[in-house]
Amino acid sequence: LRKNVEDFTGPRERSDLGFVTFDITADILNGKNGLRTIFDWNVKQLFLYLSAEYSTKNNALNQVVLWDKIILRGDNPRLVLKDMKSKYFFFDDGNGLKGNRNVTLTLSWNVVPNAGILPLVTGSGHVSVPFPDTYEMTKSY
Amino acid sequence: LLFFSGSMEPAFHRGDLLFLTNQIEDPIRVGEIVVFRIEGREIPIVHRVLKIHEKQNGDIKFLTKGDNNAVDDRGLYKRGQHWLEKKDVVGRARGFVPYIGIVTILMNDYPKFKYAVLFLLGLFVLVHRE
Repeated sequence: LRKNVEDFTGPRERSDLGFVTFDITADILNGKNGLRTIFDWNVKQLFLYLSAEYSTKNNALNQVVLWDKIILRGDNPRLVLKDMKSKYFFFDDGNGLKGNRNVTLTLSWNVVPNAGILPLVTGSGHVSVPFPDTYEMTKSY
Repeated sequence: LLFFSGSMEPAFHRGDLLFLTNQIEDPIRVGEIVVFRIEGREIPIVHRVLKIHEKQNGDIKFLTKGDNNAVDDRGLYKRGQHWLEKKDVVGRARGFVPYIGIVTILMNDYPKFKYAVLFLLGLFVLVHRE
């Protein structure tokens, strides 16, 4: 689903605005039942984010964070999210979403320690979301 | 870099010490925590990269947001400025040491430590009253 809407948060030009709905199921290793844990003694939280990456005529590389979540040590390790809408507007810098078949969604996370280094990890595996060739005129989302 | 504000909580808190690197060749990618300066302002801001648009030749414009903020940083940028560029970046956060935070954590996780600290504080007060 894609609309062409004026980007009211940025420069006053019409840019492509993408709407993506997604499901996420994740099992965060937390040491229970003999599993390894990503939450070792020095991990305070995970900053999880879903980002879309794609190429357009205007820009060789575009990355847009669609959604993020903070997972604290001790939170429920099983994440089942269905029919999620993106938290942030998926505006392109121009009209590069129209007909773009190569938009990939990847889940990544920033491990935040109690003290020390801040590594960024990208999940293996990604999903492709091809955008249609036409704009949607309806108002509902 | 000493951390002042609460806009990156719960990852970083006031008083935390951040370690930065500043390799200009390092590509800027979403999810990274960058330290940037807005033209005309002295105090640098440490927030996460939310969006990037990079051209073939490496020219990049990007948007940032504090983890703890509801909206992105556009409202913080200069009037008329919609994006940040490489030249605005002062460094990238690679690690940190919590400042006073570590004492609170230890007190939470180890009650004996908390009692020891309280006891010592009590002694300190008593001794200094004399």
